[in-house]
Amino acid sequence: MAENILEMKNITKRFASVVANEDVNLIIKKGEVHALLGENGAGKSTLMNCLYGMYDSYEGEIYFNGQLVNIQGPKNAIALGIGMVHQHFMLIPALTVIENVVLGLKENKNVLDLDSAAKKFTKLGEKYNMEIDPWIKVEQLSVGQQQRLEILKALYRNAKLLILDEPTAVLTPGEVDGLFDMISALTSEGHTVIFISHKLNEIMRICDRCTVLRLGKAAATVAIKDVKNRQELAALMVGREVQLTTEKAPARLRGEKLVVKNLSCNNDRGLPAVKNVSFEIHGGEILGICGVDGNGQSELIHCITGLREPAGGQIYINGTESTKLNPRQVLKLGISHIPEDRHKYGMVGPMEIDENLALISYKEALYSKKGILKWKWIRNHSQEVCDDYNVKTPSVREIANNLSGGNQQKFVVGRELERAPGVLIAVHPSRGLDIGATKYIQSQIVKQRDDGTAVMMVSTELDELIELSDRILVMFEGEVMGIVEQKDATRETLGPLMAGLKE
Amino acid sequence: MVDFITNFLSADIRTATPLILAALGLVFSERAGIVNIGTEGIMLTGALLGCLGSSLWGSSLAGALLAIAGGAIMGFIFAFFTVSLRANQIVVGMAFNIFAGGFTVTLNRLLLNGAKVAGFPKYPIPILSKLPIFGEALFNWPIPVYLAFIAVPLCWFVLYKTNSGLKIRAVGENPKACDTVGINVFRNRYGVLVFSGMMAGIAGSFVSMGQLSSFTEGMVAGKGFMALAVCVFGNYSPVSVILAGLLFGAADALKYRLLTTSIGGYYQFLNMLPYFITIVALCVFARRSNKPASSGVAYRKE
Repeated sequence: MAENILEMKNITKRFASVVANEDVNLIIKKGEVHALLGENGAGKSTLMNCLYGMYDSYEGEIYFNGQLVNIQGPKNAIALGIGMVHQHFMLIPALTVIENVVLGLKENKNVLDLDSAAKKFTKLGEKYNMEIDPWIKVEQLSVGQQQRLEILKALYRNAKLLILDEPTAVLTPGEVDGLFDMISALTSEGHTVIFISHKLNEIMRICDRCTVLRLGKAAATVAIKDVKNRQELAALMVGREVQLTTEKAPARLRGEKLVVKNLSCNNDRGLPAVKNVSFEIHGGEILGICGVDGNGQSELIHCITGLREPAGGQIYINGTESTKLNPRQVLKLGISHIPEDRHKYGMVGPMEIDENLALISYKEALYSKKGILKWKWIRNHSQEVCDDYNVKTPSVREIANNLSGGNQQKFVVGRELERAPGVLIAVHPSRGLDIGATKYIQSQIVKQRDDGTAVMMVSTELDELIELSDRILVMFEGEVMGIVEQKDATRETLGPLMAGLKE
Repeated sequence: MVDFITNFLSADIRTATPLILAALGLVFSERAGIVNIGTEGIMLTGALLGCLGSSLWGSSLAGALLAIAGGAIMGFIFAFFTVSLRANQIVVGMAFNIFAGGFTVTLNRLLLNGAKVAGFPKYPIPILSKLPIFGEALFNWPIPVYLAFIAVPLCWFVLYKTNSGLKIRAVGENPKACDTVGINVFRNRYGVLVFSGMMAGIAGSFVSMGQLSSFTEGMVAGKGFMALAVCVFGNYSPVSVILAGLLFGAADALKYRLLTTSIGGYYQFLNMLPYFITIVALCVFARRSNKPASSGVAYRKE
């Protein structure tokens, strides 16, 4: 058992001037579940993409089953028996399941024989208890099913070493259990799994060993059974002691600030996305919105912020009905929005920091006079925001895209919070951020709440929601499954609701 | 009336043939994620090269082969710019069209001067061509016409039933996903562009040698764009392309019939019709379109 299936020696990967991996050594034993732990940007995915041949070149040596191998493309990696399930699935929605499975296979004859491939695929699915109809289109599959398909696709190619890149990010707690069962089944018959994650409790639960990456370098490799607690892993990951919990005083409610009544709306395809949703948020409390991505959260937020027209129902912000208002009018009612995708909605990447700050408030008196922008004031003010919210940037004239993800998010949070909103809508506020930045942003959100703001926080990270929210609203397929008080909120109470089960 | 039907059908098929040939090539390149508006220019070059080959070697077959070879080379160059250098496909396509406009005029004046050449001879199909009414209109044509109609089921088979077809459809949807299963995205896109160039080349040669047997400057006159419209209206599928091609051809045939009638003065209205139909169809069928997700986007390997 102690035989090494994979040894990566002195791997270095540079992108132009940036070093993403430096001198990394990694040893994977046959049959183990090996965690690759690190903060965002620590180089976990880069290392695995080198192994899978996603880049033109890398420096260093890779030994597979003791043999020195030269992996120049995914073709080589697949031939060796390496399979990878990417964080963003590499499936083609417009094709059927079986077409996705056989796509690019060497043994395909010129005229495809999909029937026999489907038989083989179905058998494989039955073996692992993951049957998927081979003839439906991938776009009809749920996210969980798509992930299973990706795993089966790799197994169909006889993968012995399976790389799973952040596999639990898109799953409900129930689906996570299913995935873990599958991982156990795979290792028990000799497969090896590399599990990329930054979720400490998951690593503690299923991994045998763990290699920690920090700033592109391998910081340590530890056996999980020797690790005392999450705290120890977190310290390894960050390189110093970290506070894993955020302090929070009991909520002091100050009247209803955001009221949503019987709200319904459709998604981009014209299908109902939000169904008869009602709730209210008081000043001084945080309402967490919990659910697997794609269950109507985005559409709900877009309705409240005026980006999408509701099909029915009413929305009241600070007592004024805002159902039919446009985004500018909604902003004027005192709402701030930390959007789900900072690149898409939060800022204009190729523009400077100060320009991004001006974009939201340029019509206000301090920012402009008769249509002429007051740059001096804007730049000074941008500097204040950057200082107040710990945004590390060489200057406020820096192009926003040149900032790291954490600093971009801190800037967006700063810009939204400094407008002193009555209602704050924070969507995935800590997505893609390291522990330090996450804790900082969480503490800022809690501070807003203590100052009397009504906070609505959408997240797919259960731990974050349970820790910060005063109440948690669970959404499933556009409906409210229930609202749970913080004291009753656990994975066990929320999980079934997220999966659409009501007792 | 019998004459009208025969003439109308003949005119329809004659106009539809180059559209279908070029559109079948475009189905492949579009499915692989390339928008090739340079088809117009490739067809024009094909029209000239067809006549040139025919006049040099005295055989329409030689002309057709030269046109196909020219189309293949232009397709390859298009691929070099848009796939390897990742240049904007629309810009390169427009450059091709403008280039072909000047290139063909120059070559024509140097070498051909619109000389009459050997056109494609007709090959009547025994027995069938003697059928009443339809015989003459359907079964007495030069080779490229038969080729266009035979190519439809062949292209359908390749696209939906073969390994290569699956790769082509996948590459246009998500090139990165194809990369992860070991498919060479670049080679695939080069391949479809060369094929679509060859099809545009032979389509062009039919424009110059199908009926008139001589090259006139600018004679393709928008047929390349119309082929693109046929491809889109045919929802990127070979079988629908033939229907779309015949529909567009019918509009054109109708136009010439109407010239002699009292509303002949307004025939421009019919020129507009195919494009109008395309726009309406695009709006109506937008949700069920086969348009690939990564259409028009160059792929970059990290």
